[in-house]
Parts: sequence; structure tokens; C-alpha cells
Amino acid sequence: MLFGIAWDTSSGWAFAISILPILLRGLVVTIQATVVGFFIALVVGLVWAALKAAPLRIVSWPAAIVTEFLRDTPLLIQLFFLYYVLPEYGIVLPAFMTGALALGLQYSAYTSEVYRAGIEAVPRGQHEAARALNLKGMRTFTHIVLPQAVPRIIPAMGNYLVSIMKDVPLLSVVTVLEMLNVARIIGDRTFNYLIPLSMVGGIYLIMTLIASAGVRFLDMRLPKRGIPLK
Amino acid sequence: MDWTAYLNPLMQGAWVTIQLTFYSTILGAILSFAAGIGKTSTNLAVRSLAVTYIEVFRGTSLLVQLFWLYFALPVAGQALGIDLRLPPVVAGVLALSLNIGAYGAEVVRGAIEAVSRDQYEAAKALNFTPRKTLWRIALPQAIPEMMPSFGNLAIQNLKDTALVSLISLSDLAFRAEQLRNFTQDSTTIYTMALFMYFGLALVLTAMMKMLEFYVGRWRAGGR
Amino acid sequence: MTEPIIKFDKVVKRFDSFVVLDELDFEVRPGEKVTIIGPSGSGKSTVLRVLMTLEPISEGVVYVDGDTLWHEKDANGRLRPAGEGHLRRMREKLGMVFQQFNLFPHMTVRRNITEAPTQVLGIPRAEARERADDLLDMVGLREHADKYPHQLSGGQQQRVGIARALAMRPKIMLFDEPTSALDPELVGEVLNVIRRLAEEHDLTMLLVTHEMNFAQQISDRVCFFDRGKVLEQAPPEELFTDPKQERTRAFLKAVLESN
Repeated sequence: MLFGIAWDTSSGWAFAISILPILLRGLVVTIQATVVGFFIALVVGLVWAALKAAPLRIVSWPAAIVTEFLRDTPLLIQLFFLYYVLPEYGIVLPAFMTGALALGLQYSAYTSEVYRAGIEAVPRGQHEAARALNLKGMRTFTHIVLPQAVPRIIPAMGNYLVSIMKDVPLLSVVTVLEMLNVARIIGDRTFNYLIPLSMVGGIYLIMTLIASAGVRFLDMRLPKRGIPLK
Repeated sequence: MDWTAYLNPLMQGAWVTIQLTFYSTILGAILSFAAGIGKTSTNLAVRSLAVTYIEVFRGTSLLVQLFWLYFALPVAGQALGIDLRLPPVVAGVLALSLNIGAYGAEVVRGAIEAVSRDQYEAAKALNFTPRKTLWRIALPQAIPEMMPSFGNLAIQNLKDTALVSLISLSDLAFRAEQLRNFTQDSTTIYTMALFMYFGLALVLTAMMKMLEFYVGRWRAGGR
Repeated sequence: MTEPIIKFDKVVKRFDSFVVLDELDFEVRPGEKVTIIGPSGSGKSTVLRVLMTLEPISEGVVYVDGDTLWHEKDANGRLRPAGEGHLRRMREKLGMVFQQFNLFPHMTVRRNITEAPTQVLGIPRAEARERADDLLDMVGLREHADKYPHQLSGGQQQRVGIARALAMRPKIMLFDEPTSALDPELVGEVLNVIRRLAEEHDLTMLLVTHEMNFAQQISDRVCFFDRGKVLEQAPPEELFTDPKQERTRAFLKAVLESN
């Protein structure tokens, strides 16, 4: 019994049907962690991107090194680091928040590259045209560069959203009850790992197929070259 | 406890991590080519097999795959009357290579399809068989195109090896966790572990760059 | 009169609903040098691509060297679409030079020329190498044998392209706008190689080009293609000086003015 829901081990099918609602409870946590982690990655990544683009090397270099470090070290160790080290400095977060923070930090390194690539893909001529029209720097960025960069950025971000979802099971090591952890607990108690773990695989497959279709749909709908005038 | 006392056990763990990365990257590369080429095949059975493999392993989580191989497969074996219990190292290398191979397969397929039509037409005009066209004309041009992505996948694979600590393989992540359990000195131990992974990643990146240069040496200075 | 080595018999080629070759009848005799001219979209390149089996036909029959190109005979002597084996045998008779050269960028110049003879014909490497070096002498690029294509000029690359096709010893050489992708100052060196080939060998040559002077010098016959058909054909001196058809005249006038 888990979350107050009992399982029925009379047959394979009965077992599978009885644990489905329990796994779906775990799926809700998985999706929550994905969304929170993705949000952190989007915000922190933008900060990294801005710092890395800074004209002062004393700002841009440390940012580049930190993101490289975040990108090149395992999420699992980063997660343990946050989980065990933060409390030593008096920062006590719930396991779920620690996990989402770890996901967000690791992926901020990736999203910062997406921002950079998206902005750099806007042709130089656009900047020059904006300068010729005497637009201010900030206005050039928000009205000229950003609208052209966004269509390039969104599909890549969508792919990272899917990646984050696939990394959420790592949070099970810090006791977060996401879907894989739930399946393992069921397995530990019933000695049948095959059915719950296979179901988790199946649910993941469905989720990622839907998400990938969504990303492809967005990619098709977003204008690549010209932004149509309303 | 002094940090130097941690160095030895962590180094032992790092050596296991290096071996895991090495074997799973090699096996993953083989799977990448098999499935990537398979997906471009005209044979429907081969193509379906490749597509299924790629979609399943890209579409599910690595940790789910690892646990499935380690915990669920023996149960399936029991039902069939076969002993499918895998030693942790086999389950680990298998899960890592199957996972990275599925991502690599898309890289291989993409690079093969990016070889220009003109090259295929020239090969046809010179009467190359489809097989020789693939091996002698398309792949040698496609491989250098794959290298930057393969470099990223190798780093990804190095990081992913940390997951095998969860099925009690004594890699770097496992040793770090073990030491923390003993000493409670989390800050020092995890900082050291992170920097060791970072160091390994830098070395691996340098090696992949050298490989990239080597396989693309025919276009050095050109293009 | 000898049997034609190439014969198109009511050949139709469609891309979707667009008709590129429109019941084309067209013949070339062995050893003949034929130039095809015509506006773009007239189907002139398609003729070469059909012959090289790069583009299948929709209807009709193509004969090459006494055999059907896109068909083979079944047990009852009826024609059916050719299998890969038949196509491979037929391709041996043909060589092609591409507009964009299409050299293999990952192979040296010499390797570009020896690769197909060794891998496809099974010729020993040493012999293929000798053959390649002779051909490189012929196109004047022996000293560049160990370079990669990207180290050569466009004109040099195209000369390698010609040598590469010749290394397979085809009976028929197809040239698909071989100088169109070249800077003007590099056109001459490629045309000189083709001219020598035309003068010194009994190869059958089929050339699509916009170089009218050159066509006049080397061709036995010039064919004006329009809308997937041969609208007019004649020896060059006749076709260029006294075209019978209004459209031929208009085309030649336009080309001469643009030069």
C-alpha cells in the first residue's frame, strides 16, 4: 500500500491496473519537478547568457567557467552537493526544492548556450540597420533582436524540457517520491520489479513522444525568417 | 580528517569511472553506427528495428533503463526460466551504451543524410554498389561531421556513469558517497569529486578534439 | 549507316505532372560527337541523367549499345523494368562529367581516379595507379596527384573529373554543362581537354553546353532541344549559320547577345 492505495497481486494484469493510480501520483511529482526545474533553468540560463555576453572579461570569463563546470559534472553529484552541503551553511530546503534546483542549475548551462546561439544567429545587418535607424541599444535588443531570436530558441528549449523530465528520476536518491522511486518502492515490497518498472518506461515513452510532437509542432508553426506583421 | 586522505579512495573510484566511460563509449559508438545506418536502410525490418531501438532508449530515462536491466530483467528471466541476473558492471555498461547509442544513432543518420546528393550521383555514375557507396564515399565524409556531436555525447556518457553508483558499482560517485557516510565531511568530498569529474571531462574533450582533427585531416585548411 | 549506339524511342519523362521529355526520339551513332543546346527546362540535362541512370524514365525505351537501358527482357522476350544487376552492366558503358565536378573531397586526386577502377572493376591497385597517372598526364595535372580537391582550382577539379570518368574506360562520355560552374578564365583549360579527347579518341561524346563556339569546333552534330523534344538538328556550321526554326533563331540570338 502506498498513498493509501492498495495493490492487487492476484494476477499480472490486476497488479498493473492496481498500481497505475499510484504511479500516476508519482508522475504528478515528476511533472512538477520538471516544470520547476525548467523554470529555474530558463531564468538562471538567461543570467549566464547576459554575463557571458558582458564586454568586461572579469565578468564574462567567470560566467563561462562556471557554466562549463556545471555542464561537465554529473547531475547526481551536484544534487548530493546541494543536498548535503547547503544545510551545513544553514540553508535547509525541502528535498523536492533541492532536486528542482539541481536540475535547474545543470540545465541553466545548456539554456545559456541556447540563448547565446539564438541571439548570435540574428544577422549582423539587423544590428547595423537598427543603429542606422538610431534605435537605442535596449530597444534594439527587445524589438529587433529578441523577436527574431525567439523562434530559434523555443524548439531547443522544448528539447531541454524533455531532457529535464528524463533526469527527474535522479531525485529519487534524495527521497523525492517521483514516478521511478514509487515504482521501486512497489518493487521492493512485492518483489516484482518487472511490471512497475516496465510501466514507468512505457509512461515515459508516451510522455516524451507527446512532448516531441509538441516541439515539432511548435517548430513548424514558428516563422523561421520573416516575422509576419499583424 | 585531511583532504589528502580522501584522495586515494576517490582516485580508485575515478579509475572505475574511466573504465566505464571507455567501454560504454566504444560500445555506444558501435550501436550508434549500427542503428544509425540501419535507420537509413531500405529494408523495412531493419529500419523498424533501428527506429524502435532509438525511440525506446531516447524516449525513456537512463535511470529507468538501468533499473530495468538490473532489477526487472531478472524477474522477467525468472518467468521464462532463464537466469538473467546481470552483474552490476554488465548492467551498467549495457544501460550506458544502449542509451548513448540511441542518441548517437540520430547523429550518424543525420550526418549520412547530410552528404550531398551530388556525391551519391557521382558514386552511382562510377557504378559503386550501394554498400561501397556507404562505406567508401558517404561515411568517410559523414564521420567528421559527426565528431562535434560525438564529443558532446562522450561527455554526457562520462557524467551518466555516476548513475551506476546507484546499483553499487564503486565508481567515483559511489566512493564519494561512501566517504561522506563515514566522515560527514560533505563539502570537501563533493567538491573534490566535482573537480575530478571536471578534470576528466576536460581530458576527454581534448581527446575527442584530437580524434576530430584526425578523422577530418583530409579537409584541414580547406572548406 | 551503322546502328546507333544511343537511341531514345518515344521516351517520356515526367516530374509529377510536368513533362520534361515529350515522346523524345533521338539517336547518336558510335564515335559521334553531339552537342545539345537549348533553353533551361528544355530537357537537355535530363537526357544525360536518364542515360547515366540517375533519372528513371516514365515511358518509352532507351537503347544503349544495342541493349535496352531501363528494361530487360523476361523469359517471353517481353520488356520489363530493369533490375539493379542489368543497370550495373549498362552503367559500365557510360561515364559522366558533372557541372559541379562532384569529386570525392576526402580522397586525393589520384585516389579519386583509382577508387572506382579498384573497387568496382577489381583492377589491381598498381595498374589502376598507372592508369590514373597516364590520365593525369593527359589532363596536365600529374604534379597535383597527391593533393585534395579543395586545394585545386575549379578548372583543375573539372579536369580531374574528366580523368576520373575516363578511368572506367566507358564507350560513351556524357558532359553535363562541364564549364558552367567555372570562372570565365578557367573555362579554356577544361575545353582544351575535351577538345583533345574529341579529336584523338573514337569515344562517343554527348555534351550539354552553352559554349557555342566550342560546340561548333568539336561537334559532328548540334541538336536544339525545346520543350522535351529535338526541335532541330544539323551539322554545326549549318545550324549556327542557317537555323530553320524560328525558336532556334531566337535562342541563338539571345545566347550570342548575352556573350
